[in-house]
Amino acid sequence: MLKVFIYPVNSLILADLVERFGHKPLVVMNQVREKVTNISLDSPPVNITPEDPKIGLRFAAVEVPAGVRGRMSLIGPLIEEAEAAIIVENPPVNFGCVGCNRTNELMKYLVRSKEIPILEVKYPESNFEAREFVYNISVFLENLSKASGEKKLDPQSGNAEEFKGEAAEEKKGKVKLEKKNDSLREEIP
Amino acid sequence: MSSDELETVKIALVSCGSEYAGVQPEFEAAAKQVNAKFIYPEVDVDLIDNIGKEFGLEVASGDLKLMMARARAVVEGLSHVDGVFITTCFRCAEAAIVRNEVRRYIHRHSNIPVISYSFTERTSAGTLLTRLEALTTVARRRHLLAREAQTGLTAGIDSGSTTTKAVVMKDNKIIGSGWVPTTKVLESAEDAYSQALKEAKVTRKEVQALGTTGYGRFLVGKHFKAQLVQEEITVNSKGAVYLADTQKGPATVIDIGGMDNKAISVEDGIPGMFTMGGICAGASGRFFEMISKRLGVDITELGTLAVKGMQENVTMNSYCIVFGIQSLVNSLAKGASPEDVAAAACYSVIEQLFEQQLQEVDVKEPLILVGGSSLIEGVPKALGDLLKIDVIVPRESHLIGAVGAALLASGYVEE
Repeated sequence: MLKVFIYPVNSLILADLVERFGHKPLVVMNQVREKVTNISLDSPPVNITPEDPKIGLRFAAVEVPAGVRGRMSLIGPLIEEAEAAIIVENPPVNFGCVGCNRTNELMKYLVRSKEIPILEVKYPESNFEAREFVYNISVFLENLSKASGEKKLDPQSGNAEEFKGEAAEEKKGKVKLEKKNDSLREEIP
Repeated sequence: MSSDELETVKIALVSCGSEYAGVQPEFEAAAKQVNAKFIYPEVDVDLIDNIGKEFGLEVASGDLKLMMARARAVVEGLSHVDGVFITTCFRCAEAAIVRNEVRRYIHRHSNIPVISYSFTERTSAGTLLTRLEALTTVARRRHLLAREAQTGLTAGIDSGSTTTKAVVMKDNKIIGSGWVPTTKVLESAEDAYSQALKEAKVTRKEVQALGTTGYGRFLVGKHFKAQLVQEEITVNSKGAVYLADTQKGPATVIDIGGMDNKAISVEDGIPGMFTMGGICAGASGRFFEMISKRLGVDITELGTLAVKGMQENVTMNSYCIVFGIQSLVNSLAKGASPEDVAAAACYSVIEQLFEQQLQEVDVKEPLILVGGSSLIEGVPKALGDLLKIDVIVPRESHLIGAVGAALLASGYVEE
């Protein structure tokens, strides 16, 4: 079981898919729930205080707007935990959205900067694309399962990458795969 | 008047997600003080994806699309509100574009009062209070603002950050005035009010109604048991159009105060869009005080000096008062004349006002300049030069708040 960061970070559909394959989706809803249910200063609708944008300084400089840093105080720790990621490009608002595109840009950058397997897929616009979309995500998640089952990955062939590579070839480039460095591949549990 | 006695005003909060910036409790606290309630206009989720094209402004952020969709819901009456508070993150260019356009859109398509503000995580309820008070006043007390003439014997006290002003008015005429530097808020108010009463030759008991405004309005209002305690945006715009005799039609009021500036777009004497600045004292009356002190002249002489100088001869950056003074010191060290420095100081303040505030209101003539700084001759000249329009400085322009308060307080004489 791997911790999979999803983008959009509040997509219920993506979270459900990740869960179905036995992984843990890293979703912002849990962070928000914690903010709402924790006993803290009352700050409706969520207990985000002026301290949170300061926590966000770990991920963005002070000249970055407070709203971005406040969001990053919730999302940044998820990215730090992530062992794999799925990024859906151009999703409509009802698929999931954190509301701020500067935050979107920053979080995608931080995910891509991590040495983890990443699947990037375009949001489907037809029935055929939708099937392909789900299939690609399924293959990626299955391969993560296989990879996470290995005690140690071959640093030369990198089994996890091979699985993903096959999937990508099979689906004619719809899936963008990130070849990550060998040393980190070895660390995948 | 306490917030409990006022009817609740419904304000649509149109923001880019202020709840994530840690400022929501401050927004709520400010709203509570003026008995306002924030509501969040409901919109169809499908509309959010298409609103960019419909509105004509395509942006990437979902919450900015939501802002446009909510503005449309307000304008179309799908959401019944008395006012709109548009707010986005400070330093976000995309949000700044949307904030301005949404404000213009609501102003163009409805009569609902609107204010806008860009926040940081340090935004406090105190900062927002004056703005929300003005917004709720316009929504709640239009009948009071419709008053065009002062009646009876009334007084007004403007407890400002730098000076305290008082006037006594009788039958639409100023019969006494007082102007003192603000030291201790109540003592200064007592002094200014006493001066005005003495000049008017009336006693406090004879005054039928009193209005207070300015930073110290609550304290002074409570002390003198004022009938009207009102923020300076409403009062000053009323006072400005009254003194400039432009109560009908559009007008733009610019008030350069001791600590902050206000730019107010007025229609028939009622404020529409307005902004209130004050990030740094470099663009306020306080800067003139420091410049005068450094040049070794009285502030009343600064204006005369400035009109004789050429601002182009001195580079002055007064965005920050510290850098502004640095520019001044450097210029004098290079041999700049006091006249040129004074002219540059006036131009610098006006330039800041132009860049930071006049972009957020529709500047419509007549342009009325008020506040103590309006008496510095170089200031209206610099403003006129920059905007290429005639600037009106009404008589008693430094007493604008006190006059506005006395005028509005006369509404309580009849009540």
